[in-house]
Amino acid sequence: MFPRPIEKSAPAARAGYQAFLPVALFIWLLPLLAIFATSIRGAADINSGNIFGWPTEFALFENYTAVFTQSAAAQYMLNSVLITVPSVIISVSLACLAGYALAIYKFKVAVPLFFLFVAGNFIPFQILMVPVRDMSVQTGLYDTIAGQFLFHAAFQTGFCTLFMRNFIKALPFDLIESARIEGVKEWRIFWYVVLPLVRPAIAALAVLIFTFVWNDFFWANVLTQGESAKPITAGVRALNGQFVNNWHLVSAASLLAAIPPVAMFFLMQKHFIAGLTLGAVK
Amino acid sequence: MSDLSANQDSWLTRNKLSVAPWFFLAPALAFFAIYVVIPIFESISLSFYEWNGLYAPDGSSTAVWVGFQNYVKLWDDPNFWVSLKNNLAWLILYMLAVPAGLFIALFLNQTVPGMRFYKSMFFFPFVISQVVVGLIFGWFYNPDFGVVGSIWKALYCEETTNILGNVTFRCSRNAPDILSSPEWATYGIIFAGLWPQIAYCMILYLTGLNNVASDQIEAARLDGAKGWKMLWYVVLPQLKPATFIAVVVTVIGALRSFDMIAIMTQGGPFGSTNVLAHYMYEVAISEYGERYGYGSAVATVLFLIMLVYISYFLWRMYQDEKVSR
Repeated sequence: MFPRPIEKSAPAARAGYQAFLPVALFIWLLPLLAIFATSIRGAADINSGNIFGWPTEFALFENYTAVFTQSAAAQYMLNSVLITVPSVIISVSLACLAGYALAIYKFKVAVPLFFLFVAGNFIPFQILMVPVRDMSVQTGLYDTIAGQFLFHAAFQTGFCTLFMRNFIKALPFDLIESARIEGVKEWRIFWYVVLPLVRPAIAALAVLIFTFVWNDFFWANVLTQGESAKPITAGVRALNGQFVNNWHLVSAASLLAAIPPVAMFFLMQKHFIAGLTLGAVK
Repeated sequence: MSDLSANQDSWLTRNKLSVAPWFFLAPALAFFAIYVVIPIFESISLSFYEWNGLYAPDGSSTAVWVGFQNYVKLWDDPNFWVSLKNNLAWLILYMLAVPAGLFIALFLNQTVPGMRFYKSMFFFPFVISQVVVGLIFGWFYNPDFGVVGSIWKALYCEETTNILGNVTFRCSRNAPDILSSPEWATYGIIFAGLWPQIAYCMILYLTGLNNVASDQIEAARLDGAKGWKMLWYVVLPQLKPATFIAVVVTVIGALRSFDMIAIMTQGGPFGSTNVLAHYMYEVAISEYGERYGYGSAVATVLFLIMLVYISYFLWRMYQDEKVSR
């Protein structure tokens, strides 16, 4: 293990390390803690410039309710859910199928096709912006929930396929081979042999794609106009204009926008990190 | 062919291994082609047109072919060069996330009680949307009531109460308004962007460190290696895959930077914080009407820059593929 385990050091070093950990964490999360502290202050504190002192009143409940009653935040949150969930379901399902095809079958274009998915995953969004926006306007998908999740689903299919293909490739090929010898149909092999084995990959992808899509801001701006289809990320920016100098409300709204992906992360931490660090270990 | 019409079933059965993959691939491929692959080529071709996004009543596009004119205009566009220069600053400074992530990972790679909690809390900033990170830091930098402003007041300002009882501050130096300064704003945004990116690199390295071969470490330790030497000669070579991924995601992140700029400065003051990704959006969808052709030209330049990295990444993957075959 590197660095040397601290248990083997002198007790003083160990105590020092353990005492320093919370301090380091405090500094690291200072911006976040500061904004949380702001979100529970009353308006009086903000106006009088009391940002770091002890709050004169605690308005946790009032502020967070105000965000919902004085703005379209509830609508934005609902939109985010309606965009994110179908994106996850569609992209992960398509990637299971495509990943299976690219990992199991040996055909000439398997590797080039795989690389196409990988490359598509890295391109800048801007190169897609004008055609996708134009296509959405033409098909009536502009400023709709469906217009957004269809795009996200298609784009995320690239990353999901990369992940799935590598995951399935690492499964023992004998399983498939023996099923074939038994005369099992191809799609039944997929459904009954492979799919149950890729469950961890599905879980990892689901949390990752959920976070990626939830946090999207660019496409929310490109593909929507009004309140009816805007997700919370674009909504928070709109609120920022609406609540000028009401920093306690802006803070509360920002933190609300961050809650679902954060909750996802803490609930599914193992899968989340497994997905994110794919390829970091040989 | 006659075989196919005579007995389709047997043809399918005999060729099932070459037909089946296409059934599995078709939906993903179709979807991906419509929304990703084809638009790339459409954008590149649009960059040779001038178009405001409108259609004639008969449904035909009003785009006009202008050849390389958009690119010529781009060459003379000072905003384009500022954006390109800022992209370079992002690329270089964003790379600090890799050593910083490694440093924090080394610091956290211990097994004292509660370590799991600390590791996930350090990773926290990555999970939050960049919009929220942008808002947090926008407020953090605020000279009047942000964290920077408050620290400044504590250091350089004196609080005085006038006869009417109003509190005023007398400052020996005015608090810096980082995001309104054309020289410093970009660095302010990059610094904010580093926060989640360091967290990402950290988690990559923590996973990597978890899998470092302990027998090699012990052997090197017996040979008297320790500290920097151990890190450089024994540990880092084993962390190569993690470093590779960290560099790739950091480069992509730097070139994709859009959200934080849109939130914190919208490219301003005077376009000084623009990067290609944001400038493209600004020219393509502006208040003065759409300029899809010009925007596509900016996007194409950004795409070509990215393509260098993508090609390198694919080439590396291809080498690995050949080995595993």
